[in-house]
Amino acid sequence: MIKTEHLTKRYDALTAVEDVSFQVGPGEVLGFLGPNGAGKTTTMRMLAGFITPSSGSASICGHDVAGAPLAAKAALGYLPEGAPSYGEMTVRGFLAFVADLRGLAGARRRERLSHVIEHLQLQGVLEQTIDTLSKGFRRRVGLAQAIVHDPPVLILDEPTDGLDPNQKHEVRTLINQMARDKIIVISTHILEEVDAVCTRAIVIARGRIVADDTPAGLAARSRYHNAVSLQLEEPGQLAAARAALAGLPAVAEVEVSERDARLTALPRSGGMILPAVSELAAREGLKLQELHLESGRLDEVFRTITA
Amino acid sequence: MRNVGIIMRRELASYFATPVAYVFILIFLVLASAFTFYLGGFYERGQADLDPFFTFHPWLYLFLIPALSMRLWAEERKSGTIELLMTQPVTLWDAVLGKFLAAWLFTALALALTFPLWITVNYLGKPDNGAILAAYLGSLLLAGGFLAIGSCMSALTRNQVVAFILGVVACFGFLLAGFPMVLDLFRGWAPLALVDAIASLSFLTHYESIAKGVIDVRDLLYFAMLIGFFLFATAIVLEWRKAD
Repeated sequence: MIKTEHLTKRYDALTAVEDVSFQVGPGEVLGFLGPNGAGKTTTMRMLAGFITPSSGSASICGHDVAGAPLAAKAALGYLPEGAPSYGEMTVRGFLAFVADLRGLAGARRRERLSHVIEHLQLQGVLEQTIDTLSKGFRRRVGLAQAIVHDPPVLILDEPTDGLDPNQKHEVRTLINQMARDKIIVISTHILEEVDAVCTRAIVIARGRIVADDTPAGLAARSRYHNAVSLQLEEPGQLAAARAALAGLPAVAEVEVSERDARLTALPRSGGMILPAVSELAAREGLKLQELHLESGRLDEVFRTITA
Repeated sequence: MRNVGIIMRRELASYFATPVAYVFILIFLVLASAFTFYLGGFYERGQADLDPFFTFHPWLYLFLIPALSMRLWAEERKSGTIELLMTQPVTLWDAVLGKFLAAWLFTALALALTFPLWITVNYLGKPDNGAILAAYLGSLLLAGGFLAIGSCMSALTRNQVVAFILGVVACFGFLLAGFPMVLDLFRGWAPLALVDAIASLSFLTHYESIAKGVIDVRDLLYFAMLIGFFLFATAIVLEWRKAD
């Protein structure tokens, strides 16, 4: 369990994080979202015990981060932003160093090391110095270091930042695999990540929590929630289709994209308009390439609540 | 204490994983020998001792030790590894002590590698080996004092060049504290007790008596307290601005 109460961090005139309170329980993957500079990293650093809060408190598995820092840190696996590591060390040497600091010894140490090496596919680079590794491998070494002691709580600051799509997919798969029995907090500004791995999302802007919801709940706040999108085969029908759609009583607004002959009909107050729209399309003889129901656009919600 | 050892071993290994160790040892040995033979007149003196060798250590350390200590914390802060280290279940003190001991052990190694000089002087005559051992101890303590100051200066900044310059200046201050030109600055207005206190802070007075072979508890205590004070200061500085 992660618990924060009124967590606040002030720097002279600037308040980086203000009155942040939340709880995360086992099995939850919490996505910490926000624009750059919103206070995500500062919050994570306070959870990890790297920054002392100005006021408020945080605890990891019941251990107060300020009062019992060693116990809190022992229960935690942490990937700092940018996955820093000692560049002159080999991957093997670095992981062994962290395993030692984590107090692993004997058979358990061997077993955990080979587990993370296999899991993050580091076998091929074990004897290379970290400086010579690609960004993707460095991030994996950072993740391996965070999970080597099999902690109940994982805090990962931008775990997929700067990775290519394949590597992002691998990291997300890994997070999903670990999600069942761990508490995971990841920070990100990549919205697709929220859908891909998170069970819950907290949006933070200017140091304050502005939303705390499931990804579906967040998407439902979108103007596009339950909107219907149609793509026409013949662009010539656009004007007529638009007029017809706008005439439906349940449709609030129609957006037109001329480039790909696409219309989006937005419902009044999130109502269901799909049956009405498809009926209308049949009646008006619109030739459709595609017709689909939108669940909502996270990026639009994100912009609305953090602007 | 277990963590101190782990951090120390990692740090020491990193010296040897980069050219730092080899460059430092080479320069140290070359300069120490050059000072001994050319400036110190090792042969010309006609005495079987290592005085000309140890006399120049404070001046050699003045530039070499800050060059070694500048990376202690500045590099960790620059590369962000300080965040990694400080979020492991270790105390700040474990890290400060582990890194300092690694640097100190390393200078001990460099110092030990000057043994051919000791062999030479024993081959040429009958030196007082007890005094030489004491002088080695004094030199090691001196290096420890410089390193502790350098560690604190390195904790102040994320820029290694700044850490180096601050280190040299601070060490120079401690080295010169006993010199008349420094003391005269205070003599005009400060009470005598303060002038004496400043004079007693000097590295040179304490080092020179040990280097002559006189091991006084007060000199040992001086170095122990100096090292302790600056390591404590390092920890305070890190606590204050490790995340900047």
